[in-house]
Amino acid sequence: MTDIDGIDQRLLRELGRDARQSAGALGRKLNLSQPATWRRIKRLEQAGVLKGRRVRLNHAALGFGVTVFLGVKLATKGRVSLDDFERAVCAIPEVQLVQHVLGLYDYRLRVVARDLPDFERVLRRRIMTLPGVGHVEANVLLSEERRAGPIG
Amino acid sequence: MLEMDDTDRRLLRQLQAAHDFSISDLAERAGMSTGTASRRLERLERAGVIEGYEAVIDWHALGYAVEVSLRVTLDKTHANAFDEFIAAARDIPEVDEIQTFLGRVDVRLNVLARDMAHYQGIYRERILALPHIADIEALMLVANIQNRESLPL
Repeated sequence: MTDIDGIDQRLLRELGRDARQSAGALGRKLNLSQPATWRRIKRLEQAGVLKGRRVRLNHAALGFGVTVFLGVKLATKGRVSLDDFERAVCAIPEVQLVQHVLGLYDYRLRVVARDLPDFERVLRRRIMTLPGVGHVEANVLLSEERRAGPIG
Repeated sequence: MLEMDDTDRRLLRQLQAAHDFSISDLAERAGMSTGTASRRLERLERAGVIEGYEAVIDWHALGYAVEVSLRVTLDKTHANAFDEFIAAARDIPEVDEIQTFLGRVDVRLNVLARDMAHYQGIYRERILALPHIADIEALMLVANIQNRESLPL
């Protein structure tokens, strides 16, 4: 586990907001020199805390108007069926997130679709035909807010 | 909606797969010149198709080993149940995602904790103190099998 101080926390918060800020610009915000800021960023990268950067795209502008979360319960269990299910579900392009969970469901999926009819197509043709799939619950995403988390 | 061609889509596909955003790498992988790539990126940013770039933080590396998805049903007899619940949830630093839904679940909170004892503390002191809760179900994360933010462009 990596120990971080208050300055690292602010640095992570800034990078979470906008990952393209230069070390110089970040340093000015945090009252650090450019090299000191750069060293901190490198250290966080090497420790695996900063895993990478990703682009945030406007889903609606790209024609993806619907996001649905699915809770999936497997009908049959056993090591082979978990592997089969995971391999097949990860191959569906509309599935963004596959989480193995403990609780009411076995898996949590995040699915994107162009609209509700398109989602229905994905659900019927791709999800309901997955190997071992049992009960499926769908919740349509209305709004989403990402917070800074414990460094906030 | 912005008119986009296959070249734009190719560039966005590469951008989604990229781990850093060096224009020259991106242009090479998308099969175009650096100038074309940066002009097109600028246009997509201006049009709001590209909203921004964010750092991905590995909470495990920071000692947060427990991640729980709390699915909350609210008591909708209160007119402001959603607003008051969400406003209060924003004050819990361990909550890093707040989503609202149409379906059996009203709101989902993603909670990060260092270990089970820490989670128990957050759950008892902070989560159960949130207003207008009718029911809560918890799903504990075992493993992320796949986590890609990318759209099938």
